[in-house]
Amino acid sequence: MSDAATATLPLWLEILVAALVLAGAAIALLGALGQLRLKSFFERMHAPAIIATLGCWCIMHATIIYLWATHGPALHMLLIALFVAITVPVTSIFLMRAALFRARRVGQNVPPSLSRVPPAQE
Amino acid sequence: MNGPVLSWALPLAMLLLAAAMLICLARLLRGPHAQDRILALDCMYLNAMLLMLVLGIYHDASTYYFEAALLIALLGFVGSTAMAKFLLRGEVIE
Repeated sequence: MSDAATATLPLWLEILVAALVLAGAAIALLGALGQLRLKSFFERMHAPAIIATLGCWCIMHATIIYLWATHGPALHMLLIALFVAITVPVTSIFLMRAALFRARRVGQNVPPSLSRVPPAQE
Repeated sequence: MNGPVLSWALPLAMLLLAAAMLICLARLLRGPHAQDRILALDCMYLNAMLLMLVLGIYHDASTYYFEAALLIALLGFVGSTAMAKFLLRGEVIE
């Protein structure tokens, strides 16, 4: 624990950090609720995207503001948000392709593949 | 320690994030297909990472929590991608 002189924030800054953290947590809860409520997998795919974008950026800004006000300039939180912004679309594309592949194999009504060779050449 | 606003806002945010993780756990246990479970796990590691960040603010900006959040993001990405690749191909590394 640091000394008490650096750990106290002015009230308006504290309200700002609290609002950002609560907004991020509420957005995360909304994304998880969408995970539970939506019907099919392809609708459910969209729900966690708001956690990775808006929720993550809200909480990251809250941590940057808090760190900046108590411990001096600190930007290494940006690493986490940038990393999430890069990696989550990759995971989503992989998972979507896997789900489409499995849905085609069990014969569900999904769009056909665009990159498959025609059956005559196989 | 934290001031008058943060001392109740941060535990409330942690409670909301824990509720989000529990909802994802329900989908993980209930999901009809394997891809639903992977998606729920993906959502759950994002929530755990945000919970680590909020815990880092709560414990007076301790840097261990931020490193833990970075590790969760890294390993969650690798795990989700490997499981999605397994669903797509039947093996992880070809």
